[in-house]
Amino acid sequence: MSDNERPSIRKMIEDKASQKGATNAAEKTMPKLFLICAIISILTTFGIVLTLLFETVTFFSEVSIVEFLTSSEWYPMFSDPDYGIRPLLLGTFTVAAIAMVVAIPVGLAVAIYLSEYASDKKRRTIKPILEVLAGIPTIVYGFFALTFVTPVLQSVIPGLAIYNALSPGLVMGIMIIPMVASLSEDAMSAVPQSMREGAFALGATRLEVSLKVVFPAALSGIIASFVLSISRAIGETMIVTVAGGGSPAQGFDITSSMQTMTAYIVQMSLGDAGFGTTVYYSIYAVGMTLFIFTLVMNILAQFISKRFREEY
Amino acid sequence: MKEVSQENTSGTPTEYLSAPSNLPKREWKNRLFRTIFATAVIFSLLMLLILIIRIITQGIGSIDWQLFTNFASRHPDEAGLKAPLIGTIWMMALTGPISFVLGVGTAIYLEEYAKPNRFTTLIQTNISNLAGVPSVVFGLLGLTLFVRELSMGRSLIAGALTMSLLILPIIVVSSQEALRAVPAELKQASYAMGATTWQTIFKVVLPASVPGILTGTILALSRAIGETAPLIMIGALTYIAFLPESIMSQFTVMPIQIFNWTNRPQEEFHMVAAAGIIVLLVMLLVMNSIAVWIRNKFQRRF
Repeated sequence: MSDNERPSIRKMIEDKASQKGATNAAEKTMPKLFLICAIISILTTFGIVLTLLFETVTFFSEVSIVEFLTSSEWYPMFSDPDYGIRPLLLGTFTVAAIAMVVAIPVGLAVAIYLSEYASDKKRRTIKPILEVLAGIPTIVYGFFALTFVTPVLQSVIPGLAIYNALSPGLVMGIMIIPMVASLSEDAMSAVPQSMREGAFALGATRLEVSLKVVFPAALSGIIASFVLSISRAIGETMIVTVAGGGSPAQGFDITSSMQTMTAYIVQMSLGDAGFGTTVYYSIYAVGMTLFIFTLVMNILAQFISKRFREEY
Repeated sequence: MKEVSQENTSGTPTEYLSAPSNLPKREWKNRLFRTIFATAVIFSLLMLLILIIRIITQGIGSIDWQLFTNFASRHPDEAGLKAPLIGTIWMMALTGPISFVLGVGTAIYLEEYAKPNRFTTLIQTNISNLAGVPSVVFGLLGLTLFVRELSMGRSLIAGALTMSLLILPIIVVSSQEALRAVPAELKQASYAMGATTWQTIFKVVLPASVPGILTGTILALSRAIGETAPLIMIGALTYIAFLPESIMSQFTVMPIQIFNWTNRPQEEFHMVAAAGIIVLLVMLLVMNSIAVWIRNKFQRRF
C-alpha cells in the first residue's frame, strides 16, 4: 500500500465509528423486520383457518351439520334447499380419479424413462418441455377441454353431454403428468448409482434394475408424488368450472355433469349468492371441506416421504 | 451398461451354460418396456403440441390491432383486451413488489437469522403446507379479509394482496434455495473483515444470490398471471369498459376475460378467447425466457 492511502484508511475508521449508531440500529431492526415477514406467512394460515371456521360455524347455525354430512342431495338454490355435501364429494373424487388414471401411469412411465433409460442430453431436453405443460394456466386447459376434447369425445361416445366429468378429468390428468413425472423422477434419481451397478453386475437387464431395484428403493417418494397429485387434482378449479358444468352428481355417470367442490365455490361467487344468505355461507363450508381434504393429503405425503424413506 | 447385463447370476458357470438361457426373453421384455416408457414421453409431448396447435389455429385469425385497443364487447369481432391487458400489468406491478419483499424477507429470516428451534420448524412446515392449499381457498380468504373486513372492495389492491399471499410460498422456497447456495466461505470472509451480520447479508449474501431469487420470483409471478379462481372469488369483474386509475379501482385481468369468453355459447367468442390465450401464453413465454436468461447470464457457480 502506498503512503497516501493511510489517511484515507484512518478516515475510514473514523467514519465507521461515527456510523456505528446507524449500523447498530440496522443490526437490531433488520432481524425484527424479517421476523415480521416470516410471521405473515403464519398469519396467512391462521387467516385461512379462521375465516373458513367462522363462516362455516355461521353456516352450521342455519343448516344442521348432520344434514351436511349425511344428506345425499345438494340443491342450495331450491326453495326447499338441500345441503348434503356428498354429491359434491362424489364429483370431486370422480374427476380426480379420472385424472389419476391418466396421470399416474403416464407420469410414472415418463419418470422411469427419464431417470433410467434416457441419456443425459435427452433428459435435459425433455424435462423443460414437460415443465411447459405444467406452467400453462389452468383456464387454458379448461378452454381446451370444453372446445376440443369434449367435441372429440362426443364423436366417440354419442351420449356425452357438453358438460361432463370425463373431459375435464382427462385434461386434468394431462396437466398433472409433469408433476407425477418430476417428483417421481427426483425420488428415483436419489437412489444411489452403486445399487444399480450392483444389480447390473449380477446380470439384471435395465428393466429389472428399474422395476426391482430402483422402484422399490424410491417407493416412498413415488407414493408421496401420487398423494400430492391427488391433492392437486382435488383443488383444481378452472378446468372443472369451465368444462364440468354446474349440476351436482346424480350417481356415477361420468358422461354427465358432476359438479366439484371447487366449481361450486366459483359458481356461487360469480353472483348467484347474495352476501349474508345461507347459500353465501355454504361456499365457506364447502371451502372448509376442500381445505381439510387437501391439507390431510399434503401432510400424508410429507409423512410418507419422511417415515418410509430408505436411507442409503 | 448393456455389456454388463449379458451375465447371468444363478449356479456355477457350467450349470448356467447347460441351462436353457432366458436372457433373450428378458432382453426382449426390456426393449418392449423401453418402448412403452418412451411412448409415454411422446404422448405427453404430443398433448402439448396438440394443445398449442389447436389454440393457435383457433385464435390466430382474431389477433389484430383492434384486439389490443378495444374494450370487451357484445360483438365478438369488436371485442378487445384493452382493460384486462392493462389490468394484468397493474396486477403484476402490485403483486411483484409485495410478494418479493415478504418472500425474500421470510427467506432471509429463515436462512440467516432463525435458530433451529420449534418456532422455525413451525414456520417452515407452515410454508410447505400453504403451498398445497388450493388457490380457490386463497380466494375465499381474500374475499373475507381484504374485500369485506378491511373494506378494500373489489379493488386492484385486494386482488394483488390475495395473489401475493398465494405465491408467497413459491418465492420463499426458491429464495431459500438461492440463499443456501451462497458458500459459507464468502460469509466467513466478510465476518473476518469485521462486517456485522446485516452488512454481510446485504453486501455479500444478497448480491451473490439475487439471480436465483429473481428467477424464482419471476416464475412465481408467471404462476400468478394465469391464476383465475382467486380473482373470480374476490369479484374481479368480467365486463369492464374502463382502465384502472388507482389501486382502489375495479379491474379485470386476462384469464378472467378469457374465462368470460369461454363461457359464452357462441363459437365466435371462443375464437376471441383463443386469441386472448395466445396473448397470455406469449406473456408467459416472455417472462419465462427472462427468468432463464437471468439464471444463465448472472448465476455464478461457487
